[in-house]
Amino acid sequence: MAVIENPDRSADATPRSRSWYEGISTGWWVLAAALLFMPAVANDFVLFQVFGWTFILGMIALSLMFLAGYGGMVSLIQMSVAAMAGYMVAIFGFSGISDLSLGMPWWVYLPLAILIATIFGTLVGALAVRTEGIYTIMITLAIASAFFYFTRQNYSIFNGYTGFNLVVPPELFGVDWRQPMPFYYLTLGCATIAYLAVVYVSRAPFGLVLQGVRDNPRRMAALGYNVVAHRIAAYAFASVIAAVGGILLVWQNAQIAPGTAGIAAVIDILVIAVIGGIGRPIGAFIGAIIYVVLSTFAPDFLLSIGMSGERFNLLIGLGFLAIVFFSPDGILGLWDRWRARRAKRGDPLTGESASGGDAP
Amino acid sequence: MSVIAIPSPTTNLSSVSSGNALELRGVTKLFGALAAISDITMTVRSGERRAVLGSNGAGKTTLFNCVTGDFFPTSGTIRLFGEDVSRFPAYERIRRGLRRTYQISLLFGGLTVSDNVYLACRGVSRGRFSLFRTRASDPVRTRVEELIAAVNLTEATDTLVSELSYGQQRQLEIALALAGAPRLILFDEPAAGLSPTERRELINILTSLPGHIGYVIIEHDMDVALRVAESVTMMHNGRVFKEGTPEEIENDPEVQALYLGHGDE
Ligand SMILES: Nc1ncnc2c1ncn2[C@@H]1O[C@H](COP(=O)(O)OP(=O)(O)O)[C@@H](O)[C@H]1O
Ligand SMILES: [Mg+2]
Repeated sequence: MAVIENPDRSADATPRSRSWYEGISTGWWVLAAALLFMPAVANDFVLFQVFGWTFILGMIALSLMFLAGYGGMVSLIQMSVAAMAGYMVAIFGFSGISDLSLGMPWWVYLPLAILIATIFGTLVGALAVRTEGIYTIMITLAIASAFFYFTRQNYSIFNGYTGFNLVVPPELFGVDWRQPMPFYYLTLGCATIAYLAVVYVSRAPFGLVLQGVRDNPRRMAALGYNVVAHRIAAYAFASVIAAVGGILLVWQNAQIAPGTAGIAAVIDILVIAVIGGIGRPIGAFIGAIIYVVLSTFAPDFLLSIGMSGERFNLLIGLGFLAIVFFSPDGILGLWDRWRARRAKRGDPLTGESASGGDAP
Repeated sequence: MSVIAIPSPTTNLSSVSSGNALELRGVTKLFGALAAISDITMTVRSGERRAVLGSNGAGKTTLFNCVTGDFFPTSGTIRLFGEDVSRFPAYERIRRGLRRTYQISLLFGGLTVSDNVYLACRGVSRGRFSLFRTRASDPVRTRVEELIAAVNLTEATDTLVSELSYGQQRQLEIALALAGAPRLILFDEPAAGLSPTERRELINILTSLPGHIGYVIIEHDMDVALRVAESVTMMHNGRVFKEGTPEEIENDPEVQALYLGHGDE
């Protein structure tokens, strides 16, 4: 039980006398500063392609992390929910396919896209929550592939095989949001909000109850909770995050097609979440940056040593295997164990055992 | 031992509370071919304190599971405070004032004591789906503290449940059952495995419960059962074997032959 627990015990139950920011460790401040000032040092490619994509995939993986880590439900529908939102932006907004796009204003098509994708994710959740473990994976994978084939064969709404091109963000506040720097800050901002929302909600009643349902559904029912309703609500919450990720994704690529939520893409989200560590929200982004860096740079590297660039999938697959084998709680799990070992060994100078570094 | 302040049932419930808390009619539960309980008919009045006795495998826990909705009986009807809840899910019954403890502690080992009690309080109040964290000033916080104090776990408030002693876990089980405004509590062998001191504390807690709270307690120890209950149901092989006052049961020759005789082994 409770394999996945926040190390901060009961942040919720203890009333805080300290200011909220005092609880944030130095590492987070450094990370925040580094991300804020990244555009000063990084080139356009890194900003747009590496970080932009990392934040987007991280958000979609985060929606899976929320369901799997806090709810114990491994859903493979998150990429399809993201793609649904992307499609809705193209359909209700603007694209190169002017016959199919309805050209509504952004303040209509953005909320509408998130709403429809959330309804879609929630309906899938309503079907999936009655299953457990491997069956949840199977039913969500089945619906994800049905979505893929449907979008590929349906021309009247989803424009079939070709999908939609020229889907770009609206020019809000006179900014071209597809320029590398604005896009970097846009995705960083969305990812940060999504991350903080998940962290916050994990200690709010909704998140606590979800973790209770994960550990012991029968007991939760005996405490007065409607377990099924809570699980479905978790799908709804996760869908909103995935939907925002999907909208950013369609803007980044400027197009969407069935392959966006093809089986490979669906599985990649699971791989990302598992590599990073499904126990904590930050794991989704750690997994995403590893995935993005590997898939961006590994092909060139492989070519330079005389192998086919396509083999980068092999690298990711091997990495996935190694993680599942050696550290089921992902890179974060490795990190935790390394810190625990160091704390136990104690300070090399004084011989005193260190407190683990997170003492107030 | 602080006296436990438990909110009285509100509004229209008073009319019902003069009646029966629990009415079972012909309740049967089959596990495959095995009838764990068969044709149980019994009534517990509001505020009544009842002990259920019976050897291992007599069907006592199964009876509780059917009443709380942990699973549905194969046949028979269950009325709770006058309402037929036979097909109600567990949470609907809990929200009507039913509570239970588990024979084998069913707690959240990865959470702290206060989080466990918090979940119990939240489960029978509004805001179960709230996306906003509970503020320190929220009344539910005070309630959590009170309940923890009522079962003498105040020093362990921030301890992970998996780190509690067995006896403390049993006490926590009781705190969870007292959350909200319980009207009928089912205690499944709460005294099992407790030290004599812990046992005395348990008896204190039970006897100091407000009068409107009835309970059914499964208890092997005759001495404990007789001190906390005003009526006794003997079960044997999934059936009600005898019902009566503690004295009647204690002095019944059949019961002595069947049960008390075994106790000396
Ligand atoms: N979930 C279950 N599945 C199958 N058999 C069960 C289950 N629960 C209880 N039983 C059986 O039902 C009978 C009564 O068990 P139980 O109600 O636990 O007895 P008691 O609590 O009186 O010791 C036993 O024979 C037990 O093996
Ligand atoms: Mg039992």
